[in-house]
Amino acid sequence: MELKAGGRIRSAVCATEVMVILAPQGEVDLTCGGAAMLPLGTEPDGATIADDAKGGTQIGKRYVNEAGDLELLCTKPGDGSLQLGGADLTIKGAKPLPSSD
Amino acid sequence: MNLMMLLEMASSGFGERVAVQNAADALSYADLFRAAGRAANRVQETGATRLAVLDVSSLAIPIGLFASAWAGVPFVPLNYRLTGDELERLLGEITPAVLITDPERKATLAHLPGLTVMTREEFIGHATADGPDHSGEWPMDPEEIAILLYTSGTTGAPKAAVLRHKHLVSYILGSVEFMSADERAAGLVCVPPYHIAGMAAIASSVYSGRRIVQLANFSPTDWLDLARKEKITNAFVVPTMLARIIEALDDSDAGDLPDLQAISYGGGKMPLALIERALKLFPDTNFTNAYGLTETSSTVTVLGPDDHRVAAASEDPEVRRRLVSVGRALPTLEIEIRDENGKALGPGESGEIYVRGEQVSGEYLSKGSMLEADGWFPTRDGGSLDAEGYLFLEGRVDDVIVRGGENLSPGEIEDVLLTHASVADAAVVGIPDEQWGEAVAAVIVLHGAVAGGGGIAAEPDLIGELQQWVKDRLRSSRTPQRIEFVPELPYNETGKLLRRVVRAQLVEAS
Repeated sequence: MELKAGGRIRSAVCATEVMVILAPQGEVDLTCGGAAMLPLGTEPDGATIADDAKGGTQIGKRYVNEAGDLELLCTKPGDGSLQLGGADLTIKGAKPLPSSD
Repeated sequence: MNLMMLLEMASSGFGERVAVQNAADALSYADLFRAAGRAANRVQETGATRLAVLDVSSLAIPIGLFASAWAGVPFVPLNYRLTGDELERLLGEITPAVLITDPERKATLAHLPGLTVMTREEFIGHATADGPDHSGEWPMDPEEIAILLYTSGTTGAPKAAVLRHKHLVSYILGSVEFMSADERAAGLVCVPPYHIAGMAAIASSVYSGRRIVQLANFSPTDWLDLARKEKITNAFVVPTMLARIIEALDDSDAGDLPDLQAISYGGGKMPLALIERALKLFPDTNFTNAYGLTETSSTVTVLGPDDHRVAAASEDPEVRRRLVSVGRALPTLEIEIRDENGKALGPGESGEIYVRGEQVSGEYLSKGSMLEADGWFPTRDGGSLDAEGYLFLEGRVDDVIVRGGENLSPGEIEDVLLTHASVADAAVVGIPDEQWGEAVAAVIVLHGAVAGGGGIAAEPDLIGELQQWVKDRLRSSRTPQRIEFVPELPYNETGKLLRRVVRAQLVEAS
């Protein structure tokens, strides 16, 4: 699928939902729980989670690829893990800022 | 992209935590989510295209902000000090609208066309009552308007800044980590809802999971009582509030504030003497100075706790000076200083502050976008950056005094006047002058002056002494040609000096 910053997508096999913060141009092979992700509002077709993609997602965490051109914010957690081209996305470390308001 | 996404995450991540509290009333994140949906339904039933609030802080403010986002209409927090024709003109600009206000105002405004007026109690009561929840989706278009905020108008008539969902959500995602607040964290919010800091406080508290404790009307003793009672950990104040809190602490022996971990301040110039005093008085509290504008969705630079400590302890004047800077740009933003021809300036050079980033709106309801084609926003604030990227503010560009072709910054002259032992407060403005185009005039409050007292006769000796004081420290072109003494200076309620009032008074008096 093609991703757009600000767009929201969901897992086809678990409860995970993410918002796209940063995305590379063109088609990407983004999966959650081993299945291609879907635009929010699209109903999944009953596929099940793959055994090698059961790491789970955490709400509020940002997931990035190694190249650094994909960043997703998890808005709803689920049991599947996020992968790009079969490689696990990793949680981006938080750089704490002092609270200003 | 919609502000509701932030509340939905909070509600599902930590729904049982208290989101907001006002005296004995409180809402959890789950309660707030549900109330926003019910209030959105109500707004949609009326056919309103805006949800406006003309009231002090209450639970209706966060409910209203998120209900607007859910209903897909802009939220318009109006200054509750507005009256008469000015108020009716603003209301006329935003109809058809739902207006939430107090019972007295409801009685006087209900007849206006296009307004559905509700009291705060009616609005909160309906939103939190039993009954059907909102079942619909909120709009996902990031270009939808989240907030219309009438800016303070220190230089002219108020105008509505347009903040879209993409600006506010970008600001929060770029500056706040989800659920980063401790379960005990509580932030005391005493800035009015029509100020950008009041709106930003709601959004960032919700996303971080920090309980908001509202104080509707600021007084230093109420602030201190509430801070102790609610074990407040974080607070945002404008500098004049901090000065009054410290004064009240001096007058009482109620003890310190052991839970207060962080104070952030902004919205006006912090005097050096005041921040030095505060740092000594609260050695274990983290101080953060935040600079931002309504048009930039709040904060664009921060001077963090470590910056404060390093600067306060340093012998190096360059580093020590940073205590009066507003810090460095957020990592998600760029800042540039430019001259009047738009040319970028280097470290130490004074010019106009430009800012660029996803949170920057730079748009007004009637005038459209003020952004340049490449996204830079001219703030009309003057300033300079030092070699390490610390930003120093030098007043509004429009306040610059042009004397015989030379640009003079009022702030620089005020700072020098304030170091004189007799001077409690000072305002410097340009007044029309036949010879120079503009001349430098200073209006001064002496120590011991009584606010609300009568005019004070000019003391010729002191005038000469103050002129010499400035001349010795700055160039003679910066020496005030005229000095007047007054019992107090005109400030707006968030501590901004109203220079146009000072100027008008001076011109009228001469």
